[in-house]
Amino acid sequence: MDRVPILKIGPTLFVSIQIDLQDESVILLQEDLADELAATGARGVIIDITAVEIVDSFIGRMLTMIGSISRLFDAETVIVGMRPAVAITLTELGLSMGGVRTALNAEKGLEILNGKT
Amino acid sequence: MDVDGTRGRIADYLRDHQDKVVGRWSELVVAGGRGRTSVEEVRRELGGLFTLIVRVLSEADDHADGELQAALDELSRGRARDGFTPSETALGVFSLKEAVYELVADSAEMVPEFLALSRMIDDLGLSTFEAYSAAREQIISDQVTTMMELSTPVVRLWEGIIAVPLVGTLDSARTQLVMEKLLDTLVATGADHAVIDITGVATVDTEVAQHLLKTVSAARLLGAECTISGIRPQVAQTIVSLGIDFGDIATKATLADALALALRQAGLKVVQA
Amino acid sequence: MDELPIKSGDDVVRVRQQVRTVAAKNGLSLVDQTKLVTAASELARNTLVHGGGGVARVEVVKSLNGRSGVKLHFTDEGPGIADVDLALTDGWTTGGGLGLGLSGTRRLVDEFELNSKPGAGTSVVVVKWSR
Repeated sequence: MDRVPILKIGPTLFVSIQIDLQDESVILLQEDLADELAATGARGVIIDITAVEIVDSFIGRMLTMIGSISRLFDAETVIVGMRPAVAITLTELGLSMGGVRTALNAEKGLEILNGKT
Repeated sequence: MDVDGTRGRIADYLRDHQDKVVGRWSELVVAGGRGRTSVEEVRRELGGLFTLIVRVLSEADDHADGELQAALDELSRGRARDGFTPSETALGVFSLKEAVYELVADSAEMVPEFLALSRMIDDLGLSTFEAYSAAREQIISDQVTTMMELSTPVVRLWEGIIAVPLVGTLDSARTQLVMEKLLDTLVATGADHAVIDITGVATVDTEVAQHLLKTVSAARLLGAECTISGIRPQVAQTIVSLGIDFGDIATKATLADALALALRQAGLKVVQA
Repeated sequence: MDELPIKSGDDVVRVRQQVRTVAAKNGLSLVDQTKLVTAASELARNTLVHGGGGVARVEVVKSLNGRSGVKLHFTDEGPGIADVDLALTDGWTTGGGLGLGLSGTRRLVDEFELNSKPGAGTSVVVVKWSR
Protein backbone atom coordinates (compact mmCIF):
# COMPACT_ATOMS: atom_id res chain seq x y z
CA MET A 1 0.00 0.00 0.00
CA ASP A 2 1.48 3.33 -1.03
CA ARG A 3 1.36 6.01 1.63
CA VAL A 4 1.44 9.57 0.37
CA PRO A 5 4.06 11.57 2.30
CA ILE A 6 2.99 14.78 4.08
CA LEU A 7 5.50 17.61 4.36
CA LYS A 8 5.23 20.35 6.93
CA ILE A 9 6.68 23.76 6.05
CA GLY A 10 5.81 26.42 8.60
CA PRO A 11 2.07 26.42 9.25
CA THR A 12 1.31 24.56 6.04
CA LEU A 13 1.06 20.89 5.20
CA PHE A 14 2.11 19.90 1.68
CA VAL A 15 0.92 16.78 -0.08
CA SER A 16 2.03 15.87 -3.57
CA ILE A 17 0.13 13.04 -5.21
CA GLN A 18 2.47 11.48 -7.74
CA ILE A 19 0.94 8.24 -8.84
CA ASP A 20 -2.25 6.64 -9.99
CA LEU A 21 -3.65 6.21 -6.52
CA GLN A 22 -5.54 3.19 -5.41
CA ASP A 23 -8.70 3.92 -3.45
CA GLU A 24 -7.25 2.64 -0.19
CA SER A 25 -4.28 5.02 -0.48
CA VAL A 26 -6.61 8.01 -0.74
CA ILE A 27 -8.52 6.92 2.34
CA LEU A 28 -5.21 6.49 4.18
CA LEU A 29 -4.18 9.98 3.10
CA GLN A 30 -7.35 11.36 4.61
CA GLU A 31 -6.57 9.64 7.91
CA ASP A 32 -2.91 10.69 7.89
CA LEU A 33 -3.85 14.31 7.21
CA ALA A 34 -6.37 14.32 10.04
CA ASP A 35 -3.65 12.98 12.35
CA GLU A 36 -1.12 15.58 11.19
CA LEU A 37 -3.57 18.46 11.49
CA ALA A 38 -4.45 17.40 15.01
CA ALA A 39 -0.82 16.91 15.99
CA THR A 40 0.67 20.05 14.42
CA GLY A 41 -2.12 22.60 14.47
CA ALA A 42 -1.28 23.48 10.86
CA ARG A 43 -3.44 26.26 9.38
CA GLY A 44 -3.33 25.24 5.74
CA VAL A 45 -3.12 22.21 3.46
CA ILE A 46 -1.87 22.25 -0.12
CA ILE A 47 -2.63 19.18 -2.19
CA ASP A 48 -0.67 19.14 -5.42
CA ILE A 49 -2.35 17.05 -8.12
CA THR A 50 -0.17 18.19 -11.03
CA ALA A 51 0.83 14.58 -11.70
CA VAL A 52 -2.67 13.16 -11.39
CA GLU A 53 -4.14 12.13 -14.72
CA ILE A 54 -7.51 10.85 -13.55
CA VAL A 55 -9.84 12.23 -10.90
CA ASP A 56 -13.08 10.28 -10.79
CA SER A 57 -16.07 10.90 -8.54
CA PHE A 58 -14.58 8.83 -5.72
CA ILE A 59 -11.27 10.71 -5.65
CA GLY A 60 -13.13 14.00 -6.13
CA ARG A 61 -15.33 13.26 -3.13
CA MET A 62 -12.29 12.27 -1.06
CA LEU A 63 -10.64 15.58 -1.86
CA THR A 64 -13.69 17.57 -0.81
CA MET A 65 -13.90 15.47 2.36
CA ILE A 66 -10.30 16.38 3.13
CA GLY A 67 -11.40 20.00 2.80
CA SER A 68 -14.20 19.45 5.31
CA ILE A 69 -11.94 17.62 7.73
CA SER A 70 -9.35 20.41 7.55
CA ARG A 71 -11.99 23.01 8.27
CA LEU A 72 -12.89 21.15 11.48
CA PHE A 73 -9.29 21.75 12.49
CA ASP A 74 -9.64 25.39 11.45
CA ALA A 75 -7.36 24.86 8.47
CA GLU A 76 -7.98 25.69 4.84
CA THR A 77 -7.26 23.33 1.94
CA VAL A 78 -6.19 24.35 -1.55
CA ILE A 79 -6.01 21.85 -4.41
CA VAL A 80 -3.37 22.96 -6.88
CA GLY A 81 -2.16 21.96 -10.32
CA MET A 82 -5.27 20.35 -11.69
CA ARG A 83 -4.67 19.37 -15.32
CA PRO A 84 -6.93 20.93 -17.98
CA ALA A 85 -8.13 17.51 -19.16
CA VAL A 86 -9.04 16.59 -15.58
CA ALA A 87 -10.84 19.90 -15.00
CA ILE A 88 -12.87 19.49 -18.18
CA THR A 89 -13.77 15.91 -17.24
CA LEU A 90 -14.78 16.85 -13.68
CA THR A 91 -16.96 19.65 -15.01
CA GLU A 92 -18.65 17.26 -17.40
CA LEU A 93 -19.17 14.77 -14.56
CA GLY A 94 -20.90 17.53 -12.65
CA LEU A 95 -18.53 17.49 -9.69
CA SER A 96 -18.16 21.00 -8.36
CA MET A 97 -15.47 20.37 -5.73
CA GLY A 98 -17.37 22.73 -3.47
CA GLY A 99 -15.71 23.36 -0.16
CA VAL A 100 -12.14 23.40 -1.40
CA ARG A 101 -10.28 26.24 -3.03
CA THR A 102 -8.31 25.55 -6.15
CA ALA A 103 -5.25 27.28 -7.58
CA LEU A 104 -3.02 26.92 -10.60
CA ASN A 105 0.10 25.98 -8.63
CA ALA A 106 1.56 25.70 -5.13
CA GLU A 107 2.79 29.31 -5.19
CA LYS A 108 -0.67 30.69 -5.87
CA GLY A 109 -2.07 28.20 -3.38
CA LEU A 110 0.17 29.68 -0.70
CA GLU A 111 -0.96 33.20 -1.61
CA ILE A 112 -4.52 32.11 -0.93
CA LEU A 113 -3.57 30.56 2.40
CA ASN A 114 -1.66 33.67 3.44
CA GLY A 115 -4.74 35.74 2.85
CA LYS A 116 -3.59 37.62 -0.20
CA THR A 117 -6.65 36.51 -2.20
CA MET B 1 -28.69 -18.71 -48.24
CA ASP B 2 -27.91 -20.86 -51.28
CA VAL B 3 -30.99 -23.08 -51.16
CA ASP B 4 -30.86 -24.40 -54.68
CA GLY B 5 -27.17 -24.05 -55.42
CA THR B 6 -27.50 -21.10 -57.80
CA ARG B 7 -24.96 -19.01 -55.92
CA GLY B 8 -22.53 -21.88 -55.94
CA ARG B 9 -22.98 -22.37 -59.66
CA ILE B 10 -22.46 -18.74 -60.55
CA ALA B 11 -19.40 -18.77 -58.30
CA ASP B 12 -18.00 -21.67 -60.32
CA TYR B 13 -18.84 -19.95 -63.59
CA LEU B 14 -17.10 -16.78 -62.49
CA ARG B 15 -14.04 -18.71 -61.38
CA ASP B 16 -13.85 -20.48 -64.73
CA HIS B 17 -14.10 -17.23 -66.68
CA GLN B 18 -12.07 -15.08 -64.31
CA ASP B 19 -9.67 -13.47 -66.76
CA LYS B 20 -12.33 -12.63 -69.31
CA VAL B 21 -14.71 -11.20 -66.72
CA VAL B 22 -12.14 -9.15 -64.82
CA GLY B 23 -10.71 -7.91 -68.11
CA ARG B 24 -14.05 -6.72 -69.45
CA TRP B 25 -15.04 -5.33 -66.03
CA SER B 26 -11.85 -3.28 -65.91
CA GLU B 27 -12.45 -1.94 -69.40
CA LEU B 28 -15.95 -0.79 -68.45
CA VAL B 29 -14.73 0.86 -65.24
CA VAL B 30 -11.90 2.69 -66.99
CA ALA B 31 -14.30 3.86 -69.70
CA GLY B 32 -16.62 5.22 -67.01
CA GLY B 33 -13.80 6.82 -65.03
CA ARG B 34 -13.12 9.51 -67.62
CA GLY B 35 -9.43 8.91 -67.75
CA ARG B 36 -8.68 9.38 -64.07
CA THR B 37 -7.58 5.80 -63.50
CA SER B 38 -5.14 3.52 -65.27
CA VAL B 39 -6.10 0.08 -66.57
CA GLU B 40 -3.42 -1.73 -64.51
CA GLU B 41 -4.52 -0.05 -61.24
CA VAL B 42 -8.14 -0.87 -61.94
CA ARG B 43 -7.41 -4.49 -62.94
CA ARG B 44 -5.53 -4.99 -59.68
CA GLU B 45 -8.30 -3.47 -57.55
CA LEU B 46 -11.06 -5.35 -59.32
CA GLY B 47 -9.10 -8.61 -59.33
CA GLY B 48 -9.06 -8.46 -55.54
CA LEU B 49 -12.77 -7.64 -55.31
CA PHE B 50 -13.57 -10.39 -57.79
CA THR B 51 -11.86 -13.04 -55.68
CA LEU B 52 -13.76 -11.88 -52.60
CA ILE B 53 -17.08 -11.89 -54.44
CA VAL B 54 -16.49 -15.45 -55.62
CA ARG B 55 -15.60 -16.49 -52.08
CA VAL B 56 -18.81 -14.99 -50.72
CA LEU B 57 -20.92 -16.65 -53.43
CA SER B 58 -19.37 -20.05 -52.86
CA GLU B 59 -19.84 -19.60 -49.11
CA ALA B 60 -16.39 -21.04 -48.65
CA ASP B 61 -15.69 -19.36 -45.32
CA ASP B 62 -17.13 -17.01 -42.71
CA HIS B 63 -14.67 -14.18 -43.16
CA ALA B 64 -15.36 -13.48 -46.82
CA ASP B 65 -18.43 -11.30 -46.17
CA GLY B 66 -16.57 -9.09 -43.72
CA GLU B 67 -13.51 -8.83 -45.94
CA LEU B 68 -15.57 -7.95 -49.00
CA GLN B 69 -17.41 -5.24 -47.08
CA ALA B 70 -14.15 -3.85 -45.74
CA ALA B 71 -12.57 -3.83 -49.21
CA LEU B 72 -15.58 -2.05 -50.68
CA ASP B 73 -15.65 0.52 -47.86
CA GLU B 74 -11.96 1.22 -48.42
CA LEU B 75 -12.53 1.60 -52.16
CA SER B 76 -15.48 3.96 -51.65
CA ARG B 77 -13.59 6.09 -49.15
CA GLY B 78 -10.69 6.39 -51.55
CA ARG B 79 -12.98 7.39 -54.40
CA ALA B 80 -14.67 9.97 -52.17
CA ARG B 81 -11.32 11.47 -51.24
CA ASP B 82 -10.20 11.54 -54.88
CA GLY B 83 -13.27 13.49 -55.93
CA PHE B 84 -15.22 10.83 -57.80
CA THR B 85 -19.01 11.14 -57.66
CA PRO B 86 -21.00 8.52 -55.74
CA SER B 87 -22.52 7.32 -59.03
CA GLU B 88 -19.12 6.79 -60.59
CA THR B 89 -18.13 4.78 -57.53
CA ALA B 90 -21.28 2.64 -57.55
CA LEU B 91 -21.10 2.18 -61.32
CA GLY B 92 -17.72 0.61 -60.80
CA VAL B 93 -19.49 -2.18 -58.91
CA PHE B 94 -22.53 -2.40 -61.20
CA SER B 95 -20.35 -2.83 -64.30
CA LEU B 96 -19.51 -6.34 -63.12
CA LYS B 97 -23.09 -7.25 -63.95
CA GLU B 98 -22.59 -5.82 -67.42
CA ALA B 99 -19.41 -7.78 -67.94
CA VAL B 100 -20.98 -11.09 -66.87
CA TYR B 101 -24.19 -10.42 -68.80
CA GLU B 102 -22.24 -10.07 -72.05
CA LEU B 103 -20.94 -13.62 -71.53
CA VAL B 104 -24.15 -15.36 -70.43
CA ALA B 105 -26.61 -13.40 -72.60
CA ASP B 106 -26.97 -16.27 -75.02
CA SER B 107 -27.36 -19.13 -72.53
CA ALA B 108 -30.91 -19.28 -71.21
CA GLU B 109 -30.11 -21.77 -68.46
CA MET B 110 -27.84 -19.27 -66.68
CA VAL B 111 -30.74 -16.90 -65.95
CA PRO B 112 -31.34 -17.90 -62.28
CA GLU B 113 -27.60 -17.83 -61.62
CA PHE B 114 -27.27 -14.42 -63.20
CA LEU B 115 -30.17 -13.14 -61.12
CA ALA B 116 -28.49 -14.35 -57.93
CA LEU B 117 -25.34 -12.51 -58.91
CA SER B 118 -27.33 -9.43 -59.89
CA ARG B 119 -29.06 -9.28 -56.54
CA MET B 120 -25.79 -9.51 -54.68
CA ILE B 121 -24.17 -6.80 -56.78
CA ASP B 122 -27.14 -4.47 -56.27
CA ASP B 123 -26.59 -4.71 -52.51
CA LEU B 124 -22.88 -4.08 -52.89
CA GLY B 125 -23.50 -1.09 -55.12
CA LEU B 126 -25.84 0.42 -52.55
CA SER B 127 -23.36 -0.13 -49.78
CA THR B 128 -20.76 1.86 -51.70
CA PHE B 129 -23.18 4.79 -51.58
CA GLU B 130 -23.41 4.47 -47.81
CA ALA B 131 -19.66 4.31 -47.38
CA TYR B 132 -19.20 7.21 -49.80
CA SER B 133 -21.66 9.44 -47.88
CA ALA B 134 -20.06 8.57 -44.59
CA ALA B 135 -16.63 9.47 -45.97
CA ARG B 136 -17.86 12.82 -47.33
CA GLU B 137 -19.43 13.62 -43.98
CA GLN B 138 -16.14 12.94 -42.26
CA ILE B 139 -14.32 15.27 -44.66
CA ILE B 140 -16.85 18.02 -43.99
CA SER B 141 -16.67 17.47 -40.25
CA ASP B 142 -12.87 17.71 -40.38
CA GLN B 143 -13.16 21.01 -42.22
CA VAL B 144 -15.60 22.31 -39.60
CA THR B 145 -13.12 21.38 -36.89
CA THR B 146 -10.34 23.28 -38.65
CA MET B 147 -12.56 26.33 -39.02
CA MET B 148 -13.46 26.19 -35.35
CA GLU B 149 -9.81 25.96 -34.36
CA LEU B 150 -8.99 29.04 -36.40
CA SER B 151 -11.86 31.09 -35.00
CA THR B 152 -11.21 30.50 -31.30
CA PRO B 153 -8.32 32.74 -30.25
CA VAL B 154 -7.36 33.34 -26.64
CA VAL B 155 -5.67 36.69 -26.11
CA ARG B 156 -3.72 38.19 -23.26
CA LEU B 157 -5.24 41.48 -22.15
CA TRP B 158 -2.86 42.21 -19.36
CA GLU B 159 -0.53 40.50 -16.96
CA GLY B 160 -2.63 37.72 -15.50
CA ILE B 161 -5.76 38.60 -17.50
CA ILE B 162 -6.78 36.73 -20.65
CA ALA B 163 -9.79 37.06 -22.91
CA VAL B 164 -11.70 34.67 -25.14
CA PRO B 165 -13.75 36.56 -27.75
CA LEU B 166 -16.41 34.17 -28.98
CA VAL B 167 -17.89 34.70 -32.41
CA GLY B 168 -20.70 32.72 -34.01
CA THR B 169 -22.41 29.78 -32.40
CA LEU B 170 -21.52 28.11 -29.14
CA ASP B 171 -22.51 24.48 -29.51
CA SER B 172 -21.10 21.62 -27.47
CA ALA B 173 -18.27 20.90 -29.91
CA ARG B 174 -17.17 24.52 -29.89
CA THR B 175 -17.47 24.63 -26.10
CA GLN B 176 -15.10 21.69 -25.77
CA LEU B 177 -12.58 23.51 -27.93
CA VAL B 178 -13.00 26.78 -26.01
CA MET B 179 -12.53 25.01 -22.68
CA GLU B 180 -9.39 23.25 -23.86
CA LYS B 181 -7.83 26.40 -25.30
CA LEU B 182 -8.81 28.53 -22.33
CA LEU B 183 -7.45 26.10 -19.76
CA ASP B 184 -4.23 25.43 -21.69
CA THR B 185 -3.69 29.20 -21.89
CA LEU B 186 -4.33 29.57 -18.16
CA VAL B 187 -1.61 27.04 -17.48
CA ALA B 188 0.78 28.56 -20.01
CA THR B 189 0.36 32.18 -18.84
CA GLY B 190 -0.42 31.63 -15.17
CA ALA B 191 -3.35 34.00 -15.53
CA ASP B 192 -5.84 34.37 -12.68
CA HIS B 193 -8.58 36.05 -14.61
CA ALA B 194 -10.41 35.13 -17.80
CA VAL B 195 -12.91 37.30 -19.65
CA ILE B 196 -15.30 35.44 -21.93
CA ASP B 197 -16.72 37.90 -24.41
CA ILE B 198 -19.96 36.90 -26.08
CA THR B 199 -20.63 40.05 -28.13
CA GLY B 200 -20.28 37.97 -31.27
CA VAL B 201 -22.52 35.14 -30.13
CA ALA B 202 -25.77 35.60 -32.00
CA THR B 203 -28.12 33.57 -29.83
CA VAL B 204 -27.85 33.05 -26.11
CA ASP B 205 -30.36 30.45 -25.02
CA THR B 206 -30.45 27.97 -22.15
CA GLU B 207 -28.06 25.62 -23.91
CA VAL B 208 -25.50 28.34 -24.62
CA ALA B 209 -25.79 29.56 -21.03
CA GLN B 210 -25.09 26.02 -19.80
CA HIS B 211 -22.02 25.86 -22.01
CA LEU B 212 -20.80 29.15 -20.59
CA LEU B 213 -21.41 27.96 -17.04
CA LYS B 214 -19.46 24.78 -17.78
CA THR B 215 -16.56 26.77 -19.17
CA VAL B 216 -16.46 29.02 -16.11
CA SER B 217 -16.63 26.00 -13.79
CA ALA B 218 -13.66 24.42 -15.51
CA ALA B 219 -11.61 27.62 -15.41
CA ARG B 220 -12.36 27.98 -11.70
CA LEU B 221 -10.94 24.52 -11.05
CA LEU B 222 -7.66 26.00 -12.25
CA GLY B 223 -8.01 28.85 -9.80
CA ALA B 224 -9.05 31.48 -12.34
CA GLU B 225 -11.88 33.89 -11.86
CA CYS B 226 -14.13 34.56 -14.83
CA THR B 227 -16.22 37.43 -16.12
CA ILE B 228 -18.68 37.17 -18.96
CA SER B 229 -18.77 40.32 -21.07
CA GLY B 230 -20.63 41.42 -24.17
CA ILE B 231 -24.14 41.12 -22.82
CA ARG B 232 -26.23 43.03 -25.31
CA PRO B 233 -29.57 44.53 -24.18
CA GLN B 234 -31.70 42.03 -26.14
CA VAL B 235 -29.58 39.17 -24.85
CA ALA B 236 -30.06 40.41 -21.28
CA GLN B 237 -33.82 40.35 -21.77
CA THR B 238 -33.73 36.86 -23.26
CA ILE B 239 -31.60 35.57 -20.40
CA VAL B 240 -33.98 36.93 -17.78
CA SER B 241 -37.12 35.72 -19.54
CA LEU B 242 -35.62 32.23 -19.90
CA GLY B 243 -34.88 32.23 -16.20
CA ILE B 244 -31.16 31.65 -16.71
CA ASP B 245 -29.13 32.38 -13.61
CA PHE B 246 -25.43 33.07 -13.85
CA GLY B 247 -25.11 32.71 -10.10
CA ASP B 248 -21.99 34.33 -8.76
CA ILE B 249 -20.36 34.85 -12.14
CA ALA B 250 -19.81 38.54 -12.87
CA THR B 251 -21.31 39.74 -16.12
CA LYS B 252 -20.60 43.01 -17.90
CA ALA B 253 -21.90 44.80 -20.97
CA THR B 254 -18.53 45.36 -22.63
CA LEU B 255 -15.06 43.87 -22.72
CA ALA B 256 -13.77 47.22 -21.46
CA ASP B 257 -15.97 47.02 -18.36
CA ALA B 258 -14.78 43.48 -17.75
CA LEU B 259 -11.14 44.52 -18.08
CA ALA B 260 -11.71 47.34 -15.57
CA LEU B 261 -13.25 44.85 -13.14
CA ALA B 262 -10.41 42.38 -13.60
CA LEU B 263 -7.80 45.10 -13.02
CA ARG B 264 -9.61 46.20 -9.88
CA GLN B 265 -9.68 42.64 -8.59
CA ALA B 266 -5.99 42.34 -9.31
CA GLY B 267 -5.40 45.40 -7.19
CA LEU B 268 -4.34 47.49 -10.16
CA LYS B 269 -5.33 51.03 -11.02
CA VAL B 270 -5.04 52.96 -14.28
CA VAL B 271 -3.82 56.54 -13.73
CA GLN B 272 -3.23 59.52 -15.96
CA ALA B 273 0.44 59.70 -17.01
CA MET C 1 -10.40 -7.59 -27.23
CA ASP C 2 -8.99 -7.62 -23.71
CA GLU C 3 -10.82 -9.15 -20.82
CA LEU C 4 -9.96 -7.93 -17.33
CA PRO C 5 -11.34 -9.25 -14.05
CA ILE C 6 -12.64 -6.74 -11.50
CA LYS C 7 -12.25 -8.25 -8.09
CA SER C 8 -10.25 -5.66 -6.16
CA GLY C 9 -9.14 -2.04 -6.00
CA ASP C 10 -5.94 -3.04 -7.81
CA ASP C 11 -8.05 -4.39 -10.66
CA VAL C 12 -9.77 -1.01 -11.00
CA VAL C 13 -6.36 0.61 -11.38
CA ARG C 14 -5.40 -2.02 -13.98
CA VAL C 15 -8.58 -1.36 -15.95
CA ARG C 16 -7.78 2.37 -15.98
CA GLN C 17 -4.28 1.72 -17.24
CA GLN C 18 -5.41 -0.66 -19.95
CA VAL C 19 -8.13 1.69 -21.18
CA ARG C 20 -5.63 4.55 -21.21
CA THR C 21 -3.19 2.53 -23.32
CA VAL C 22 -5.82 1.42 -25.83
CA ALA C 23 -7.38 4.89 -26.09
CA ALA C 24 -4.02 6.54 -26.71
CA LYS C 25 -3.11 3.97 -29.36
CA ASN C 26 -6.34 4.55 -31.24
CA GLY C 27 -6.27 8.26 -31.85
CA LEU C 28 -8.32 9.67 -28.99
CA SER C 29 -7.27 13.18 -27.94
CA LEU C 30 -5.87 13.72 -24.46
CA VAL C 31 -9.14 15.13 -23.15
CA ASP C 32 -11.12 12.28 -24.70
CA GLN C 33 -8.70 9.74 -23.23
CA THR C 34 -9.13 11.32 -19.82
CA LYS C 35 -12.91 11.25 -20.14
CA LEU C 36 -12.96 7.63 -21.21
CA VAL C 37 -10.56 6.45 -18.51
CA THR C 38 -12.54 8.38 -15.89
CA ALA C 39 -15.75 6.75 -17.14
CA ALA C 40 -14.02 3.37 -16.99
CA SER C 41 -12.95 4.08 -13.43
CA GLU C 42 -16.52 4.95 -12.42
CA LEU C 43 -17.97 1.87 -14.08
CA ALA C 44 -15.26 -0.46 -12.81
CA ARG C 45 -15.80 0.81 -9.30
CA ASN C 46 -19.57 0.31 -9.62
CA THR C 47 -18.97 -3.24 -10.80
CA LEU C 48 -16.76 -3.87 -7.78
CA VAL C 49 -18.74 -2.08 -5.09
CA HIS C 50 -22.35 -2.53 -6.24
CA GLY C 51 -22.00 -5.59 -8.43
CA GLY C 52 -19.86 -7.71 -6.15
CA GLY C 53 -17.12 -7.95 -8.73
CA GLY C 54 -17.25 -8.69 -12.45
CA VAL C 55 -15.48 -8.35 -15.75
CA ALA C 56 -14.37 -5.51 -18.02
CA ARG C 57 -13.88 -5.97 -21.75
CA VAL C 58 -11.92 -3.47 -23.83
CA GLU C 59 -12.34 -3.54 -27.60
CA VAL C 60 -11.27 -1.40 -30.54
CA VAL C 61 -14.08 -0.67 -32.98
CA LYS C 62 -14.38 1.05 -36.36
CA SER C 63 -17.20 3.28 -37.55
CA LEU C 64 -18.68 3.31 -41.05
CA ASN C 65 -16.59 6.31 -42.08
CA GLY C 66 -13.36 4.78 -40.90
CA ARG C 67 -12.98 6.38 -37.47
CA SER C 68 -11.58 4.29 -34.66
CA GLY C 69 -13.26 4.02 -31.32
CA VAL C 70 -12.87 2.23 -28.01
CA LYS C 71 -15.71 0.11 -26.68
CA LEU C 72 -15.91 -0.90 -23.02
CA HIS C 73 -18.19 -3.54 -21.59
CA PHE C 74 -18.68 -3.97 -17.85
CA THR C 75 -20.66 -6.91 -16.54
CA ASP C 76 -21.45 -8.26 -13.12
CA GLU C 77 -23.76 -10.87 -11.63
CA GLY C 78 -24.72 -8.62 -8.74
CA PRO C 79 -28.11 -7.56 -7.38
CA GLY C 80 -28.88 -5.38 -10.42
CA ILE C 81 -30.43 -1.92 -10.44
CA ALA C 82 -34.05 -1.70 -9.37
CA ASP C 83 -34.88 1.62 -11.00
CA VAL C 84 -32.69 2.23 -14.03
CA ASP C 85 -34.40 5.52 -14.91
CA LEU C 86 -33.78 6.89 -11.45
CA ALA C 87 -30.14 5.84 -11.56
CA LEU C 88 -29.72 7.76 -14.80
CA THR C 89 -31.37 11.04 -13.78
CA ASP C 90 -29.58 13.92 -12.10
CA GLY C 91 -28.84 16.34 -14.88
CA TRP C 92 -25.84 18.59 -14.85
CA THR C 93 -25.87 20.24 -11.46
CA THR C 94 -23.33 21.73 -9.14
CA GLY C 95 -24.11 19.18 -6.46
CA GLY C 96 -21.64 16.40 -5.63
CA GLY C 97 -22.48 13.27 -7.62
CA LEU C 98 -24.32 10.76 -5.47
CA GLY C 99 -25.02 7.09 -5.80
CA LEU C 100 -23.78 5.32 -8.90
CA GLY C 101 -22.68 8.41 -10.79
CA LEU C 102 -24.11 6.96 -14.00
CA SER C 103 -25.63 10.13 -15.39
CA GLY C 104 -22.29 11.89 -15.15
CA THR C 105 -20.49 8.92 -16.69
CA ARG C 106 -22.92 8.96 -19.60
CA ARG C 107 -21.90 12.53 -20.42
CA LEU C 108 -18.28 11.48 -20.74
CA VAL C 109 -18.86 9.02 -23.58
CA ASP C 110 -20.45 9.03 -27.04
CA GLU C 111 -22.58 5.90 -26.67
CA PHE C 112 -23.98 4.46 -23.47
CA GLU C 113 -26.12 1.38 -22.95
CA LEU C 114 -27.22 0.04 -19.58
CA ASN C 115 -29.03 -3.21 -19.01
CA SER C 116 -29.93 -4.29 -15.53
CA LYS C 117 -32.64 -6.20 -13.75
CA PRO C 118 -32.93 -6.86 -10.04
CA GLY C 119 -31.37 -10.25 -9.40
CA ALA C 120 -30.03 -10.55 -12.92
CA GLY C 121 -26.82 -8.54 -12.77
CA THR C 122 -25.83 -5.44 -14.69
CA SER C 123 -24.22 -4.77 -18.05
CA VAL C 124 -22.94 -1.40 -19.22
CA VAL C 125 -21.51 -0.80 -22.69
CA VAL C 126 -19.91 2.52 -23.63
CA VAL C 127 -18.13 3.73 -26.76
CA LYS C 128 -15.90 6.76 -27.30
CA TRP C 129 -14.93 7.67 -30.86
CA SER C 130 -11.81 9.42 -32.04
CA ARG C 131 -12.48 12.71 -33.83
